[in-house]
Formats: sequence, structure tokens, C-alpha cells
Amino acid sequence: MTVTPLLQVNDLAIAYKTGDHEQRVVHGVSFSVAPGEVVALVGESGSGKTTTAQATLGLLAGNGRVESGTIQLNGTDITRWSQKRLDSIRGAVVSLIPQDPGSSLNPVRTIGSQLAEVLQIHKRGDRKAIQTRVTELLERVGLTPAEMRARQYPHELSGGMKQRVLIAIAVALNPALIVADEPTSALDVTVQRRILDLIDELRRESGTAVLLVTHDLGVAADRADRLVVLQNGRIQEQGPVKDMLAAPRSAYTRRLLADAPSLGKPRPARPGIETQDFAIEVTGLTHDFPVSGGETRSFRAVDDLSFKVRRGTTHAIVGESGSGKTTAIRSVVGFIKPTGGRILIDGVDLTTLKGEKLRQFRKHIQLVYQNPFGSLDPRQTIARIVEEPLLNFEPIPAADRARKVRDMLARVGLSESFLERQPRALSGGQRQRVAIARALVLDPRVLVLDEAVSALDVTVQAQILSLLDELQKTLGLTYLFVSHDLAVVRQISDTVSVMHKGRQVDGGPIETVFGRPDSAYTRELIDAIPGRGLPVLAVPPELPPRLSP
Amino acid sequence: MSAETASGTSADLRPGWVTRLKRVPVTLLLAWTIVFIVLAWAALPSLFTGYSGTEGVPGEQLRPPSAEHVLGTDGLGRDVYARIVYGARHSLSGAFVAVTVGLILGTLLGLIAGARGGWTDVVIMRVVDSMLAVPSLLLSLSIIVLLGFGTINVAIAVGAVAIARFARLARSEVMRVRRSEYVEAAFGSGGTFWAVLYRHVLPNSLTSVIALAALQFGSAILAISTLGFLGYGAPPPTPEWGLLIAEGRNYLSRAWWLTAAPGLVVVLVVLSADRISKALGRTAP
Repeated sequence: MTVTPLLQVNDLAIAYKTGDHEQRVVHGVSFSVAPGEVVALVGESGSGKTTTAQATLGLLAGNGRVESGTIQLNGTDITRWSQKRLDSIRGAVVSLIPQDPGSSLNPVRTIGSQLAEVLQIHKRGDRKAIQTRVTELLERVGLTPAEMRARQYPHELSGGMKQRVLIAIAVALNPALIVADEPTSALDVTVQRRILDLIDELRRESGTAVLLVTHDLGVAADRADRLVVLQNGRIQEQGPVKDMLAAPRSAYTRRLLADAPSLGKPRPARPGIETQDFAIEVTGLTHDFPVSGGETRSFRAVDDLSFKVRRGTTHAIVGESGSGKTTAIRSVVGFIKPTGGRILIDGVDLTTLKGEKLRQFRKHIQLVYQNPFGSLDPRQTIARIVEEPLLNFEPIPAADRARKVRDMLARVGLSESFLERQPRALSGGQRQRVAIARALVLDPRVLVLDEAVSALDVTVQAQILSLLDELQKTLGLTYLFVSHDLAVVRQISDTVSVMHKGRQVDGGPIETVFGRPDSAYTRELIDAIPGRGLPVLAVPPELPPRLSP
Repeated sequence: MSAETASGTSADLRPGWVTRLKRVPVTLLLAWTIVFIVLAWAALPSLFTGYSGTEGVPGEQLRPPSAEHVLGTDGLGRDVYARIVYGARHSLSGAFVAVTVGLILGTLLGLIAGARGGWTDVVIMRVVDSMLAVPSLLLSLSIIVLLGFGTINVAIAVGAVAIARFARLARSEVMRVRRSEYVEAAFGSGGTFWAVLYRHVLPNSLTSVIALAALQFGSAILAISTLGFLGYGAPPPTPEWGLLIAEGRNYLSRAWWLTAAPGLVVVLVVLSADRISKALGRTAP
């Protein structure tokens, strides 16, 4: 070990000041990144991984402060450098690929000028040389034709293309280290894979080291040489990827491994479900949206979608953003009227219902939203949120209502102390449990889950999935599960429809679709699941019980 | 149940209470103090002054401010400070009625327009637009001409002008809240239109509307004083602030305190209302 590490973080402690007191969020973190190496910082939200990454660039939020420890870049301690001094190395020696491509580009400037900016700041040649380099970089990250792309504005590009622009900015000066903060979390799986491939390629070409910050162990396992697992601001474990996956030492790593959906096993086929009747029958569902600028033109968001779901089973609708899956399920729950087709829920055609009849029917089919932060009224208490659906139908005495609410909360694993709290005092997973309780309090027959676990950390995600599984067994519920994440779908569903550009390209039992996909698109989706080909955990980890009694 | 809530939240609040009070900006503290003093004047005027608000003392006319008469006396020997203290009741109750009229009717119109949409929205908002197009003083004057003079009528006239502003703000807030997922979820769990409106849309749109109400309270005092000054409000010898300024105008060269004192009080109260309104608006999520 004679090589000086490129980045050396020693006993780093970082605190955020809120109000009058300082809260320490990173406790004595030490790790290093060698030249050309990929190190992944893995952890859940709140684990301090992003804070640590920001500190290496001197980009801590205004109320953040490095309490103790050092950050050395090429042997130089940069911990106490001023922002001005750091400017000289940011971009040139260390650079950042930010998390959210949607908000990381200036919307009023062309991407060419934003790419040129980093070259101008560090004075790399005259205008003509910079122009040539911009074109070169855009071509390198796969944005062609480069001259045309350079003149486009961020809103003209898709999420994946914007991320490519940000990568181009990050590699423009051939930095020695790139900090990639959740570079693909906001992207679809196929796009995610292409972006990660691109980062890999660029890294190999120029020998750049990468500090990859991710919550997805699958992504980290695929791409990194070494893993640093963080929990609550402390390092739980670090080491080479292969050793760590084969024999994780800390309980937390074992748990993360067990919860990562991409590494999980498919749901075992359940006997006896073939004899059940169909709870949902959708035939020829079509939905057109009028396009502004003419009565005659319209955009077909869903084109001839048909599927059937047996009672007590889970059907998944899989697709990337823009595939029409959200439009399809909004029709199924009766929020929008489809242009054509029939939707039978327990033999009743939902498309013919309206007004009071539709309202009465809502009792039987309930929806759980993707974002647990937006789907709960911030001004209500948990008790009132869960109670509300009961108030909408035949009145029952207040005491019965309160009892039902308590039972339902217990059922989703929340204690009575939650009753009088407000949503903002709850974590994402707890909120999603409340949303599920609200949906189930009316005893619906069908539960529609719109990306219900996508916004959650893997561990919480695994908890919610096992809760859903248990509820299905005890209450005989039928689930319609919408997701972009094939790995999750494989864990929870019995049958699946794969949608692409409004059309159903694949459908049937889960083993058939995953084992012998009909369409090239499905195959591409399956290949894009991160973390495939990893050793499946030999010893099942011991987990604490998921539900409080 | 309330006992449970109290025990649940007090643990979070208690350690921060004193420090939190210390962190309140000085200007905000000052604004609240002024509002409280003026409210106390309106509630119990006799506690603050020994003089009558309407009866003059013979031989004490047009005295400049002194230890005996803090803000001097007017042409009929009435103590100006006493008149301002007694006048608080008239001016504040007028402003209160005005804001209530504007708040309730305006919010209702905005709520219906924003929640219903379609032609209901178009009709309501065009009426509101026409109300906004007429200068507010002119509109108030026309309404007073229809209703007749008097403290309450002036208040209603000022309130009617505020309806348009409340309606515009309430509509935009309602439209924002209506698009949120929890409102859709409420419809999805079988809520009727009015139930969802009452349970979710109204409480979540109210924060900025309340802030506007505080702001309007200040401008209502100003508008009522203006109308009082012009002679459309309460008849003399009611010690209404606008009327005080109007009466003092005749003595402007000899007794500046007759106009300056009530004028200053109006300015202070309006500024305080504005400051409080800003603070309320900032707490909005």
C-alpha cells in the first residue's frame, strides 16, 4: 500500500445547527478512495451519506459544520479551506453529479452554454476551443447531434438526457474524483442502466475515481469495488464488494441485503388460486387525451389494455414513466372516464356508474398513493384521517368508529400513541401505513397501490410489502399493484401486465413473463434490474418481528 | 381526549416556550403590544382616562399637551386623549365588522368559484373583477349612498369592497389545495363534494386568507377613518378617529395636536396590523 489514496476521510464528524442546538449527524466516519476506484456509500435516508459526500466537496448546507476530522485530497487537507479556495479544485479535481436532474440545470440557458461555463470558469482555452470541446463532450455522453443539442434548453430534454448533460459537466475537466449523489434515483430502470454504464465507461477511459452515493444496494453491488455501509451517521461496515456480499459482518448489512428487492426471491406460486373467480376484469381499456390546439387531435395514453385478476391475488402493472399505467389505474378506480372499454369490479361495470352510485361503489375499491407526504391532509390527526372514510357512508356511533380506527391502526402495525399525532410527525413508512389503514377501513374488496413503495427506503419498503402480504392473506384482498420496479413486482405479484407507450406488450403469470418474456421490451426491463447475478444470501438473516402486537 | 393531546404536545413545546418568545422579533412584539392596548381601550375605556369622551370642560379649550391633558384639548374643551381612547371602540368595531363581512362573503365566493370551476367560476370571478375595477373609495361611497350614513353602514361598505380581494385570494388557494392528492384521496374514499370542501379544502386554504384579514383590518381602519373624515360615518360628537382628524382640521394652524394625535394612532395601528399580517403569512406551509 504505497499508493496515496486520492481521497482520505479521517474520523469526520458533521453537525447541523437547528434553532439553538447542534445535532451531530455524522459520527467519526473514515474511509478512503484510491485513484480509479469506485467506492459506494450505501445507507437509508438519514444515514448521513449525502452529508458526507457534500462535505468532501465543501458543499455542506449553510447550517452544517465539520466538527472534527479531516478530508484529504491527494494528501492535502482541504477541510478548512475557504469556499473561494475550494472553487479552484471543484470541477477540476473533484466534481459532482447531482441527484435530481430536473432541478439541477438552469432552465433559461441552453445546455451548451451551461456546459461551456465550467470550461470558462477554469479558463480552458478561447471561445472556439471551448465550443469544440462542448461538442466533443456532448457526443461523448451520447447526446447527438451535438450541435443541435447544445442549442436546446433543459425543458426540451428528458430526465435521462438531462442527467447526461450533468455527467458531461462533471467530466468536462477530467477530474480525478467524481462524487455521484444518487445519480439515477429519479430515473426509469432502463435509463438508469444506460446512465450507470456511461459513468462506468467514462471512468475506465480516464481512470477517474467515483464516490457513488446510493440507497440501492443492488446498484452499489453492480458498480462499486468497495462498499461503505452507513447507518445513523456511523460506518457499519466497509470492504470489498465481493467479500461483503458473501459474508456480511454487521447485522445491518445483512438486513439491507435481505431487504433489497433486486436480490429477493420471487413469490412462490400459491395453490388453489386458479379456482377463484375474477375480482377485476378489464377489457379493451382505451383512453385518449385531447391535445391542445385542435379538437380533432388527441393523444392515446392507454391503448386496448385487457387483464383479469382473480380474487385474493395480486396483479401488477409495470411500465416506465409515460407508459400509461397511471392513467389506466385512475380509470380503474373511477377518477376518470375512459374513452372506451369495460372495467368490471365484482361484476359491476364501473364505467357506467356516475354520481351517487359511483360514490357508493368507491367503498369497494380503494387507492393508496405513491407519495405518502402528499396524500395525507397535513392539518388532520391520524385518527381523523383514518376515520374519515367511515363518515362518508352509513353513520355508525362514534364509539364504534373509534374502535374501528384503533383496530385498523393496530392491523397496520401502528400503536395507539399515533392516534392524535399529525402526519408531519411521522416517517415516510409510517405515513404509508396510515394511508393503507385509511384505504382498508371501509373493508374494500380491491386495493389499488400506485407505486405505493417506490418512495420508501429498501428496509421500510420490505416492511410495507410484508404488511401488504399479510393483510392479503388475512382479509382476502385483491391487489392491483402499479410499479416501475420489476424487482418489487416479482416479489409481490401473481400475474403481471407490462405496458410500453400505452400498449400492453406482455402479460400473464409472473414466472412466465419473467422466464420467457414475449417482447424485447420486457427482456430489456428484466436485464436492467440492478444487482442481478449476485450471490443469494446463504444464511437467512434474523430479523426482529415486523409488527408490534 | 383533550387531556391526552395536551400531555402529548406539551412535552414538545415546554422547553422551547421561553426561548421561542425571546426569538419573536422586536417589531412584531411592538405591533402586538399596540394592538392589545388599542383593544383594551375599546373594551374598558374608563380604565385609561378620567375624562369623558364627549363632554368638554368649560374654560379648558384648545390647551396644548400638558401633564393634565396628555394630548391637549379641542375647541370644546374635550380631552383629546380621552376622545381617542373612547373612539377606539367605534373605529375598531367598524373595522371588525368590515373585515368579517369581507372575510366571510369573500372566502365563500372564492371557495365556490375555485372548487366548482366551470361557468360558476367564470360568473363569480367576472363580478369580482368588475368590483376590483372600480376605485375602492368610490365603491364604498356608492354603497353608503344606497345604505345611508352611520357607523355600521360605513363598515359594511368598506367590507363589501374587501370581498373582491378575499375572493381572489381564496380562489387561488382553493385551486392549489384542490389539486393535492389528499383531496383526491378524500373523494376516492367516498366523500361528497361539500364534505371534502369543509374537511380539507377550507382548513388548508385559510392560512393566507387569515393573513389577508389582518392586513385588511389595518386598511379597514384607514378606510373607515377616511369616510369618517369625509363626513359619511358616525355623526358628531361620536369620537370616531376619522371624525377627530376632520374636526381638528379647522384648528390645524393653532392646535396641531388635534389632528396629529389621532392621525398617529391610526398610522400605528395600521402598521401593526400590517406587521402581524406578515408574520401570519410567514407561518403558512
